[in-house]
Amino acid sequence: MTLLPETTDKKLGLVIDLDTCVGCHACVISCKGWNTENYGAPLSDQDAYGAEPVGTFLNRVHSFEVTPDETPAQLIHFPKSCLHCEDAPCVTVCPTGASYKRVEDGIVLVNEDHCIGCGLCAWACPYGAREMDGEAKVMKKCTLCVDRIYNENLPEEDRVPSCVRTCPAGARHFGDLGDPSSAVSVLVEERGGMDLMPEQGTKPVNKYLPPRLKDDISTAAPQPLAPVAAEAKGFVGWLDKMLDTV
Amino acid sequence: MHPAPSVIVFTTLSGLGFGLLFWLGIGLPAVSYLGALLYFALAFALAVGGLLASTFHLGHPERAWRAFTQWRSSWLSREGVCAVAALLVLGLHAFLLVFFGKSIAVLGFVGAALALGTVFTTAMIYTQLKTVPRWNTPITPVLFLSLSLAGGALLAGQGWAALVLLLIAGVTQIFWWLRGDRAFSDSGTDLASATGLGSIGTVRSFEPPHTGTNYLLREFVHEVGRKHAQKLRVIAGVAGFAMPAVLLVLFGFGWFAMALAALLHAGGVAASRWLFFAEAEHVVGLYYGKR
Repeated sequence: MTLLPETTDKKLGLVIDLDTCVGCHACVISCKGWNTENYGAPLSDQDAYGAEPVGTFLNRVHSFEVTPDETPAQLIHFPKSCLHCEDAPCVTVCPTGASYKRVEDGIVLVNEDHCIGCGLCAWACPYGAREMDGEAKVMKKCTLCVDRIYNENLPEEDRVPSCVRTCPAGARHFGDLGDPSSAVSVLVEERGGMDLMPEQGTKPVNKYLPPRLKDDISTAAPQPLAPVAAEAKGFVGWLDKMLDTV
Repeated sequence: MHPAPSVIVFTTLSGLGFGLLFWLGIGLPAVSYLGALLYFALAFALAVGGLLASTFHLGHPERAWRAFTQWRSSWLSREGVCAVAALLVLGLHAFLLVFFGKSIAVLGFVGAALALGTVFTTAMIYTQLKTVPRWNTPITPVLFLSLSLAGGALLAGQGWAALVLLLIAGVTQIFWWLRGDRAFSDSGTDLASATGLGSIGTVRSFEPPHTGTNYLLREFVHEVGRKHAQKLRVIAGVAGFAMPAVLLVLFGFGWFAMALAALLHAGGVAASRWLFFAEAEHVVGLYYGKR
């Protein structure tokens, strides 16, 4: 059913720390690995070893340069995946009911057996979170690793999305953003977590933590070090004198 | 947006077909027996041919029947329901006219309303998308409906109606283009809001996430088709609106002038429909520093 639920019991989502992300793309690879081997159709590649490789990814890391008026430019790595929006436009446009938002935890999923591959949900998503798989011809998107987070066959520390488990910098956090006392909600509150494209009215669940203010780095060229000993002594002093006379 | 030929053919042909079905439904011209057969055959060929073309861009056309289920939320589903209802109702209307020469006005009018409803729901599929500011305006359904009614009137031999509707559609088209050219910058979505980093400084895409292309870039960031946009606009305007109108004014409403005008109009609409997709910019391009 493509009508959105009025409310969801939980709002599971990610909090991504733009201050901490180092842009290593480990989350991209672990996402591709987990989601190729598990839930739904594999994330295929076309022409993988050829001249023009292309493939399906549910998570991609952009890098942006931000130049303040006075201080030097900063480089900010920017992981982007489905934001599991409360008002998800990708869900309501679906003609078949394949695209849906779960009442119990707010995760937006695709029933791949009902997907006709029309692509309209990808058109409706402002974030580019959905990609049509080139092999299976169905729409793929982040499942928030729904097959990990409730999986009692996994050790408890692994019951988080693959990207969160993998991140070596601790830049990705997972939890219930509908519960104001949860660790992720507290983090969002403390760090001023923000929505992407709020003007699109999608009410994303995932939040981004803005980079902290940087130290004031001077833009002038580095100065040479001051000499520690102006007068040379001993052998070096003799050499200095000799070279002066030559 | 990627101008998929199947979608351009679909919207152009089915627009003409459902436009003609509208005029036949309200009894202009009031045809029966052989006349009805010829008119309805043309209308159904255009409408059904267009619908079939639209299934070519589906990944799984064999599941297309599922698209009739979500009419409560999805404009694409509503379009499917409207199209099938219009074809069934007008199919019955045509059957009675062709074989019994019998016209049931109510059936025709309901079918005509459903035919217009199909064109309207087609337009709403694009209009609803906030992600494509050029489409996200009430002028889009006005454009689709006026084009469909004008093309239908040409095919149905309704000379005066065709002239007036060509004028309305032409003015709407120009207005739609002019608004569209500033729609993206007026939408308020830019790289600053897309990244949330605008409060720090000027944001620039430094490095894309991948060295090759991907589904998003191929589907949403299509720059090749925009190269000749101004030339294509002139072609669409001259062939689609000006020449058909001039033909009708100079040579009257005879069948040859009307048929030639209809052909020119269809060519112009196809050019306009190419631009409709090729010029449309999706906000996701911002993340890649492109539009």
